Amino acid sequence: MLLPLAKLSCPAYQCFHALKIKKDYLPLCATRWSSTSVVPRITTHYTVCPRDKDKRWEGVNMERFAEEADVVIVGAGPAGLSAAIRLKQLATKQEKDIRVCLVEKAAQIGAHTLSGACLDPRGFEELFPDWKEKGAPLNTPVTEDRFGILTEKYRIPVPILPGLPMNNHGNYIVRLGHLVSWMGEQAESLGVEVYPGYAAAEVLFHEDGSVKGVATNDVGIQKDGAPKTTFERGLELHAKVTIFAEGCHGHLAKQLYKKFDLRANCEPQTYGIGLKEVGLDYQNPYLSPFREFQRWKHHPSIQPTLEGGKRIAYGARALNEGGLQSIPKLTFPGGLLIGCSPGFMNVPKIKGTHTAMKSGILAAESIFNQLTSENLQSKTTGLHVTEYEDNLKKSWVWKELYTVRNIRPSCHGILGVYGGMIYTGIFYWIFRGMEPWTLKHKGSDSDQLKPAKDCTPIEYPKPDGQISFDLLSSVALSGTNHEHDQPAHLTLKDDSIPVNRNLSIYDGPEQRFCPAGVYEFVPLEQGDGFRLQINAQNCVHCKTCDIKDPSQNINWVVPEGGGGPAYNGM
Amino acid sequence: MAELRALVAVKRVIDFAVKIRVKPDRTGVVTDGVKHSMNPFCEIAVEEAVRLKEKKLVKEIIAVSCGPAQCQETIRTALAMGADRGIHVEVPAAEADRLGPLQVARVLAKLAEKEKVDLVLLGKQAIDDDCNQTGQMTAGFLDWPQGTFASQVTLEGDKVKVEREIDGGLETLRLKLPAVVTADLRLNEPRYATLPNIMGAGPKASASGNGSADVAPMEAGCRRLGQGQPCEPWPPVCRKPRRRRLR
Repeated sequence: MLLPLAKLSCPAYQCFHALKIKKDYLPLCATRWSSTSVVPRITTHYTVCPRDKDKRWEGVNMERFAEEADVVIVGAGPAGLSAAIRLKQLATKQEKDIRVCLVEKAAQIGAHTLSGACLDPRGFEELFPDWKEKGAPLNTPVTEDRFGILTEKYRIPVPILPGLPMNNHGNYIVRLGHLVSWMGEQAESLGVEVYPGYAAAEVLFHEDGSVKGVATNDVGIQKDGAPKTTFERGLELHAKVTIFAEGCHGHLAKQLYKKFDLRANCEPQTYGIGLKEVGLDYQNPYLSPFREFQRWKHHPSIQPTLEGGKRIAYGARALNEGGLQSIPKLTFPGGLLIGCSPGFMNVPKIKGTHTAMKSGILAAESIFNQLTSENLQSKTTGLHVTEYEDNLKKSWVWKELYTVRNIRPSCHGILGVYGGMIYTGIFYWIFRGMEPWTLKHKGSDSDQLKPAKDCTPIEYPKPDGQISFDLLSSVALSGTNHEHDQPAHLTLKDDSIPVNRNLSIYDGPEQRFCPAGVYEFVPLEQGDGFRLQINAQNCVHCKTCDIKDPSQNINWVVPEGGGGPAYNGM
Repeated sequence: MAELRALVAVKRVIDFAVKIRVKPDRTGVVTDGVKHSMNPFCEIAVEEAVRLKEKKLVKEIIAVSCGPAQCQETIRTALAMGADRGIHVEVPAAEADRLGPLQVARVLAKLAEKEKVDLVLLGKQAIDDDCNQTGQMTAGFLDWPQGTFASQVTLEGDKVKVEREIDGGLETLRLKLPAVVTADLRLNEPRYATLPNIMGAGPKASASGNGSADVAPMEAGCRRLGQGQPCEPWPPVCRKPRRRRLR
């Protein structure tokens, strides 16, 4: 095509040409912004906007120190602490010395722990047979169990026969946060180095591809991604084996699934959000789990129990409901996964703490055997502890999960929950889960949402301030806070998708499913349309957005350690 | 260069972002299991001391905290920020509620004399009681000059120039050392206590202290002065870090 000469000298063309040249010198994230200049820039985190191409980071010292340990554990929840305690118990018994380091993103142990919690003491008793003398806070044994189906106004009681998974005989009602705090103290007295307030932000690899350890988060970065005067790099923690115990939908585990292809032979994990409990495989994008929970409290059979009470705390967390079918491969060179991170929750029993603890114990025993074995030969620098997965498959954890594996998928049929109950009655209670088939799940939760035009908006009643409450006052009770001048840790792979896809097709479900009000679609300052505003300071680290985003565009990464909720005995 | 020594007082308070709840028996607020951290103004005071040390104007920084066993966490944070030694004046949890500015000031005054420090740095007030009295009372007990609400601190030989934030604006004082200075918000931005420094700050000492400060109830007044016995100083930072520089 021949262009008339006049066009080449016209101002518009010159401007366009200049912009093309300038593009090569702009930092990467600014380039993304200028190419779709109507989209306001949202994501400034260095995992999305690399710092080596950013001019503001020139000359900044990016050196990191490293510490060597034998085992590094990421996450001080029931699983992580069980593994640490068991390692040190074995070391003391066999008079060996191993250095165990435990990093936790919460400012104190137990501050990010949230659970019902009705604890099956089986796993705990293996760790501390003398827990009563030691004063562990298991103070309330279960005396009575009631199970019912709620219709709009009534309650149909369902009998709990012994042998059904919902039977709680022998279990304890605990404040899991306090139990975890107590376990933290036990771990410290055994010699575990516990570091709360430091988040593991990056997985490190040897040259042969095995896991070398983790690095804690950098601190002192401004909201727009530039370094502050207080900038400091994180610390690298190197270990022979790294245990990842991040809990449900951990962000480092997400990277490991990709790198080692651990989910090749399992189903996608499905989740619920603990508020308690709203399954995350819902289809109506107008559904808000928080408001469903408020509505539930007003049910005639629930309201009398709550009347006269005072709301003193609030929290939310995703939990796995996939069961056996969704467990990935658990070990890889240099590390392994324990606890709710791969997901050992017994769904009909609604308990995952006991299996998480047992997985931690088994991991510790397998690692200890390898570390202390005299003829240790490893193909990779990071140890590959395959015995852990084998031992887990032979343990009561696997047996328990196997017998209940079909109960949740049986609720996906035409009869819904009633079908599930009939299935449970026949195949679990009578046949003990021995049927030879394994039912599948529907697919990942993020794929379940239907477009907004196919669904009806839900009219939720206004909160009354006595039994039901509004979202923001609840979030304030969680005690959550983050250093405000840091890049938002809710990163978007593409800043334009929230408005162009989520809002236009699904009416922005993130503004409804987030239990902390992090996501808001606000009108643009100029012109029509909306933009996504991320109030990262409200985040309670529940991971629901990373799970339920229909475009899977939101990637939750860890913020500066010490931030997040401040649960007390939740 | 200089032989100056500084004492920095730090207080462990309920974290500012936590929602406070009053105890059902109305005798105070719920503190069990609630997230605590170092008072923000005390962080600023520690940061100022560390900056003076980096400028080689101060030789040694001693961090001190009065309270129950958990105060050791706060002292550890101060050590990780750059303090050299820590002193924990242990007060049993039951009596810690009655610990107020008067008692703490008495303890600090005694310590300042015992350790022969030249500068006592504190935060201007604690965010839990907002008393704004400890620094001033300490100066009173010691009979030292005081520069409170400092937004700038400059050491000049044997004097310290303090720019204070007052109602009408700014006031500059020149105080002869030894002196007491309390930090206000705009003095500096505190650094993070990073993990390598926390590791270097040594393992947690056991909860049993080697003595306890005698806490007099408010009514007993000044008669109990002199009976405070601080426990042994914190193990010094001497653990050689087992780490290598990378890249």
